[in-house]
Formats: sequence, C-alpha cells, structure tokens
Amino acid sequence: MSEPVAVRFAPGDRVRTRAVDPDRHTRLPAYARGRTGRVLAVTGSWPLADDVARRRAEPRVEPVYTVVFAARDLWGEGEHDVTLDLWQSYLERPEGTGDGPGPYGRKKEAVS
Amino acid sequence: MSGEHTSSAVAARVRRLEERLIGEGLVTDGELDAVLTAVLEGASPLNGARVVARAWSDAGFRERLLADANAALPEVGLSMAGGLQEQRLKVVANTAGHHNVLVCTLCSCYPVALLGPSPSWYKSEAYRSRVVREPRAVLAEFGLELPDGQEITVWDSSAESRYMVLPRRPAGTGDLTEEQLAELVTREGLIGTAAL
Repeated sequence: MSEPVAVRFAPGDRVRTRAVDPDRHTRLPAYARGRTGRVLAVTGSWPLADDVARRRAEPRVEPVYTVVFAARDLWGEGEHDVTLDLWQSYLERPEGTGDGPGPYGRKKEAVS
Repeated sequence: MSGEHTSSAVAARVRRLEERLIGEGLVTDGELDAVLTAVLEGASPLNGARVVARAWSDAGFRERLLADANAALPEVGLSMAGGLQEQRLKVVANTAGHHNVLVCTLCSCYPVALLGPSPSWYKSEAYRSRVVREPRAVLAEFGLELPDGQEITVWDSSAESRYMVLPRRPAGTGDLTEEQLAELVTREGLIGTAAL
C-alpha cells in the first residue's frame, strides 16, 4: 500500500469534480461529474477504488471527503442536497489552480 | 435487474465462484464461513433500533453518536468492525426542519451490521436512480409526505462510509423505557423512507 496522500481540502472548501468519463471502474458517479460542491467532512484516507479495481499492487491511498451538492447544480432543478463520498483525485479547486494530474492520468490544461 | 441478489441463479454463480477459489487454494470453506458468520451474525435492524432508543434517552450519547459514531457504538455493545476492516459510520439526525434519506447509487452499500440485509427495493434501479433526483416524490410513494419547506439531504454512500438515519422521537413517548422505544424503530425509519 502506498503512503497516504496529503489532505488538500478542508470542510467548507468549494470543490469541483472532474468531468472525465474513464473507460474503467471509478466511484465518481456519472451524475456528479464536472459539478461544484462543498466539502462537509474529511472521512479519513482509503485505497483509491479505481486502483483497487485495477488490482494495482500499490493502490494510491487518498483522503476521502464527504461533499455536498445542491440538487440544482446536479439536475438543474430541485431544492434538496445530495452528498457523496469522493476520493481526493476526483476533486479540484473550482478556479482550476494548484492541482496536479487527476486519477485518469490527464494533465491539467495550462491556464492562459 | 439489480434487485435480484437473492435469486437462485445468482446464488449458484456465487457458489461456483466459491468452489473455484477453494479449488485454487486461495481460500478455504472455513475461512469463508468465518467471515460470513462474523458479518451476518446478529446483523439486524434491532441493533440500529437499540442505538436510536439510547440516543433518544440519553442526550450525551446522542451528541457522541452524531460526532463520532464508531467511538460511540461500543457504549451499546456494537461496532462496525465485524467485516474484513472496520467501516466508518456516520449517523445523520432528522429534525423538524431537516429530513435525511440513504441510498447507494453505484451499487448497494448499506450498514449491514446495524440494519441487517438490505430490502430488495433499496437495491432496485428505480430507487437508486430516482431518490437522488426527486426524493420528495419518492418518499411520497413510500407514504412519507414531507411538509413544504422541509429540507432534504440524500446521502449517497459512494465510498467507505456507511450511514444511518437517527429518526425523530415520536410524540407522546416520554414515559417509555429504552426497550419500549426500540420497538418503535423500523428499518425504513433508519434508512429515512419512513417517519416514526
């Protein structure tokens, strides 16, 4: 097992989920891709499900966050909230600054 | 459909898989039985009901439960460590203004130790896809009409945490003992598809 990755986000932080649709197992549901939410809690560090499913010998161990989304930001309507538990590499800062490559090996585009 | 976990075809596939694993020497029948027994023995919604009854009766326990459920469970003789690794538990409290309901949209994650095996509708595509989109309508179909303006949070267990709803204590139950209170708690109340 890899050394745990450092915690990047704190409760209250705005985060955006990555929009990439990988051609393999992931635990970022399709309905919440490319959406902005707010970190509710840091739940601890766990082996990245994507790596475990691929049977990587040393799955990355990343912080998992409970992130809350407004229904309107997911579906364009609705008054409720939906929470998801998301591994750190599924998330980036909404401004798109300061993040490295995502779990799908794609480097961020340079900010012009 | 995905709700047919208990069908005999699936059971036969599981048994064939077990036989392959045993045949390859990767696991023994005894080891499989030990894990299944540890996970399922005593796994029942009666456990969740006991937790709720204690939280209704003891404000200090309620506070500890909502802050760190894993640390509080041993106070009622329970834990989330029955499986291969301890699962994180988060208990979410219903209030007059806020209702919580649980789902696992990706598969069927569920706090088995506290609620027992999940009901088949929890694993159905219809419930999993609709409750995150239109919880008020889905809850109404369960017979739970929430007042306008009541906030709803849908907890989608997409990783290693499991969730349980702490329902509101029914009115007029001030005289009941903890054991009597536990009898009022239903599995649907602990998932959030019913009020008590």
